[in-house]
Amino acid sequence: MIYFDKVSKIYADKSIALKDITFSIEPKEFVTIVGHSGAGKTTLLKMILAEEKPSEGSVFFESTNINSLRKHQINMYRRRIGVVFQDFRLLPNKTVYENIAFAMEAAGRNDEEIESDVPHVLELVDLEHKIWNFPRELSGGERQRVAIARAIVNQPDVVIADEPTGNLDPISTYDVVQVFKKINDLGTMILLTTHNKGVVDALGGRVITMEGGTILRDDPKGGYVL
Amino acid sequence: MILTNVKRILKAGFFNFWRNGFVSLSSVLVMTITLLAIGAVIFMGVILNTSLSEIKSKVGVNVYFVTTATENEVLGLKTELEALPEVDEVFYTSRDEALAQFKARHADNEITLQVLGELDENPLGASLAVRAKDPTQYQLIAQFVQDKNILSSNGIPIVDKVNYTDKAVIIERLTKVISSTEKLSVIVTLVLVIVSILITLNTVRLAIYTSREEISVMKLVGASSGYIQGPFIVTGVMYGLIAGCISLTLLYPFTYWLGGLTQDFFVGLNVFNYYLAHFGQIFFIIMSSGVVIGAISSFIGTKRYLDL
Repeated sequence: MIYFDKVSKIYADKSIALKDITFSIEPKEFVTIVGHSGAGKTTLLKMILAEEKPSEGSVFFESTNINSLRKHQINMYRRRIGVVFQDFRLLPNKTVYENIAFAMEAAGRNDEEIESDVPHVLELVDLEHKIWNFPRELSGGERQRVAIARAIVNQPDVVIADEPTGNLDPISTYDVVQVFKKINDLGTMILLTTHNKGVVDALGGRVITMEGGTILRDDPKGGYVL
Repeated sequence: MILTNVKRILKAGFFNFWRNGFVSLSSVLVMTITLLAIGAVIFMGVILNTSLSEIKSKVGVNVYFVTTATENEVLGLKTELEALPEVDEVFYTSRDEALAQFKARHADNEITLQVLGELDENPLGASLAVRAKDPTQYQLIAQFVQDKNILSSNGIPIVDKVNYTDKAVIIERLTKVISSTEKLSVIVTLVLVIVSILITLNTVRLAIYTSREEISVMKLVGASSGYIQGPFIVTGVMYGLIAGCISLTLLYPFTYWLGGLTQDFFVGLNVFNYYLAHFGQIFFIIMSSGVVIGAISSFIGTKRYLDL
């Protein structure tokens, strides 16, 4: 469903972020990408989001070549992907409810859908009691769960999470990992990068290990080996 | 769907404004200064224009006739003068009117009136006041009257005096002073307005700079450019509207205070009365400037963060 075909990325200063990467991910898979900083994990995710273009090769989502999309098509395409960041990136001037509602509004959903879906998705991440709080009033783990709720509220085909537990304490990390597992069980493909050995071991799914812009290992039932 | 989007954009714009209270306050204040500068330009222009036309209307060529000149002879010259392309208007003052005006002018001067009463005949002659289309043309008109040298039936010149020469220097100087003042004030106010617009633009851009992370998040959840920009533009328009109201309110005491000053200094124009009389126009100019500057600043401010 996501297919990287001989993808390379070389930045203007000649530094190589990705070197001849080829792999594919099936629907409903849970894939963890591990590797040192600068291994190319984030660049890989940015390509799926159409934030970066490959210098060579192409990235496919289903049968669409992502790099050939036009500007408004990119907007439509991004609504099929949910994104979670290490630093949460919630809208600071909007409440929890409005943060999630915004993603739905952007996707063109109507008010009735928003009113019924937002509380529902907050229940899924166990935050229905914080619905009217602002992000600054929440703990790191809670903010990340709001971010996850926002990422999944439009029922995306894929959820991409870039180091989602990087800023969290062990207990919050555990909560967040459980939420991702739950979402995956409900049938959504998840692509997650991490440094955290505990997270990889707890997930126990497919692990892609990257180094220096290449794929070092791709284990269907892997652990954290670096 | 369009209606829902408009509603959502308006709401988000309003919340932007309200929740970024301090940023909004500073943007509104800066924009108020810009709008006041624009208001100053309006008043400055009006003051200069009235002064100019007032002074222009006060200068003119006066042709005084001898007392023996008949009304027909005077009116004949009037018709000739009116036919000249340089002449704008000619006012005729008959001998009786001149006397009446004289009496009115010296109403509180008993002796003068008494002396006047002693005379058997009206000592004042008729006169023509000529106004040219352009102050530089008075010399030509005066020359024209002097060259005509019209004689009455009994051989005496009917023109007693053409008083252009007395005012020639003043007219020329005033024309120069007024036109250079006008140029200078236009340049100064334009610079002022441009500088304050740039400051406003920068303030609004700075306000948006603090939201650049938000904009990138909005892009990533798939919001269209219009949907992201919309609320910012609404906020910018709100800055403009509020700053406009503040400016219009501030202009009230300002012009009230300046009213007497300008009335004495500049030929009789009271800016306070002008402000009240032309409130509709000024309201429209200030408000629309505010709205346009606010919207454009927001548009430019958001644009650079949208190219992801």
